Amino acid sequence: MSAVRVNAKIIRQEPIASDIYSMEISVPVIADQAKPGQFVTLYSKDGARLMPRPISICEINVAAGTLHLVYRVVGAGTREFAALQSGDWITVMGPLGNGFTIRDKKAILIGGGIGIPPMLALTAGLACEKTVVLGFRDEIFLAEAFEPYGDVYIASEDGGHGVKGNVLDAVREYGVTGEVIYACGPMPMLRAVKAYAMEHGIEAQLSLEERMACGVGACLGCVCETKDRDAHSNVHNKRICKDGPVFFAEEVELS
Amino acid sequence: MNMAVELCGVEFKNPVTVASGTFGSGEEYGEFIDLNRLGAVTTKGVANVPWQGNPTPRIAETWGGMLNAIGLQNPGMDVFCQRDIPFLKQYDTKIIVNVCGKQIADYVQVVERLAAEPVDLLEINVSCPNVKEGGIAFGQNPKALEEITQAVKAVAGQPVIMKLSPNVTDITEMARAAEAGGADGLSLINTVTGMKIDIKKRAFVLANKTGGLSGPCIKPLAVRMVYQVAQAVKLPIIGMGGITCAEDALEFMMAGATMVAVGSASFYDPLASVKVIEGIERFMREQGLTDIRDIIGCVE
Ligand SMILES: Cc1cc2nc3c(=O)[nH]c(=O)nc-3n(C[C@H](O)[C@H](O)[C@H](O)COP(=O)(O)OP(=O)(O)OC[C@H]3O[C@@H](n4cnc5c(N)ncnc54)[C@H](O)[C@@H]3O)c2cc1C
Ligand SMILES: Cc1cc2nc3c(=O)[nH]c(=O)nc-3n(C[C@H](O)[C@H](O)[C@H](O)COP(=O)(O)O)c2cc1C
Ligand code: FES
Repeated sequence: MSAVRVNAKIIRQEPIASDIYSMEISVPVIADQAKPGQFVTLYSKDGARLMPRPISICEINVAAGTLHLVYRVVGAGTREFAALQSGDWITVMGPLGNGFTIRDKKAILIGGGIGIPPMLALTAGLACEKTVVLGFRDEIFLAEAFEPYGDVYIASEDGGHGVKGNVLDAVREYGVTGEVIYACGPMPMLRAVKAYAMEHGIEAQLSLEERMACGVGACLGCVCETKDRDAHSNVHNKRICKDGPVFFAEEVELS
Repeated sequence: MNMAVELCGVEFKNPVTVASGTFGSGEEYGEFIDLNRLGAVTTKGVANVPWQGNPTPRIAETWGGMLNAIGLQNPGMDVFCQRDIPFLKQYDTKIIVNVCGKQIADYVQVVERLAAEPVDLLEINVSCPNVKEGGIAFGQNPKALEEITQAVKAVAGQPVIMKLSPNVTDITEMARAAEAGGADGLSLINTVTGMKIDIKKRAFVLANKTGGLSGPCIKPLAVRMVYQVAQAVKLPIIGMGGITCAEDALEFMMAGATMVAVGSASFYDPLASVKVIEGIERFMREQGLTDIRDIIGCVE
């Protein structure tokens, strides 16, 4: 099987925090194949908005044939999606990207802000010992969904929840240890996680973000700089939509 | 019902290809559509050596279209010939290779190399507005355009299509220059240079500041230029710019294009090119048309 573009029925949708929406869609052909760390693209019904909106897969329910997506309203596309209700349909393409490489090693899962949703699918997919560290600016969301899977530590910039500071402050404060880090979040966080992993000599897998046009690897719009010459591009660029979005920390230059 | 067309002596099973740079070399979209359905695949611009392209962000959505500043990232002709041409040869579709360069010698080197390859047509990109040192000078200056056309024609093993830039005052002047240089055909339009500003950050959205505008918003401009060029020169035309459906494609053909290319529309729907082919067939049935060639340039 491979990625498909289909119309999916919305099973439920509700706001879970300011401007953050939780949407469940029925799309068995994608749910069947999806892996943690992969994403889907959503499409506007307005033909004046041509570009796909990439959204990470937050939870996969193969039995029910559904995907759970959590997204922040930041512009016209996500505003349109937020107005949809159960029973409506949305055009979705996926699963896209590589997903995380699952290691059977004690894991630290780090999610920052709107990078938190994909960590939930990963938590559910990891059978080994693991700790989850989540970073928020102020308002928290989705944190309780992680609790059934293991220890969850929280950092918030305003100190309203958990440790005051960022995710690495929480890692240090709570003495979190592990042999592999999986992370998704804003670029400054990913840079800090990369530095931390290098310093401690442990593997880190980072999920990156970039503006996309095709979402399938054809247009070269979404590249990131790589340390080595990449086999497909034959230059120091990999495609985030196709070769990523998850990369090993040492293979990418985070500028 | 005949959907086949002939362009520059090459027979295409239908008049629909994909626009260079929007479709890679077909491998990725081959997961979504049957490449055998296409009249031709037009590949991403290839240079003599690998190009890194521009920094990101390279993409910005705009109303009814998009800006891109990929900067002609490509793996270079060696990898392209070893990997992409054999891939495409597995399919029953024609191969149009788009060529880019920074100076005439670069283009000549690629075209010489391609002469021995099983490629059906060459499309010479003299109009990409993204690379500061690159193509744009040829496409905006009739003398330079004629000169590069001659240079490429002198070594080409396949018919040569010059791809025109819309970023000029008089497109017919450029079309005549390409014709004078010996071009076998023309394709148009390439992207229209544009800009987008993020008002909250007070910054350019694209790292390159400017990018090429494509998508439905440029279609009327493209149809007008195809019509003007069709009136001005005898060369066959591949028309493109904002085609999203069969109706759009038919406008280009009636304006004078023998073939059409579907570009940015594939980003919204990977099936767009195949839907255009099916839609043209449907239109022909509805209108009782027996030969697609009868509509080419039918508006006078
Ligand atoms: C692999 C990946 C996974 C993502 N997962 C999630 C997620 O789970 N939840 C979530 O809330 N957001 C996620 N994002 C970001 C999300 O794609 C953007 O917030 C969204 O596209 C904004 O669309 P808009 O129309 O509301 O905003 P606008 O600003 O109006 O969008 C204009 C254009 O810019 C693009 N764009 C804007 N912001 C981003 C961005 N941060 N990344 C990529 N493209 C952008 C849009 O796709 C669109 O083409 C992810 C991005 C990537 C690349
Ligand atoms: C992402 C992107 C990359 C492109 N790359 C090339 C290229 O390498 N060579 C070229 O001649 N044109 C390139 N183009 C221009 C297209 O081939 C086409 O002329 C233009 O996009 C107009 O068609 P459209 O509106 O259907 O997309 C590119 C366009 C886009 C959107
Ligand atoms: S968005 Fe086109 S290559 Fe990634």
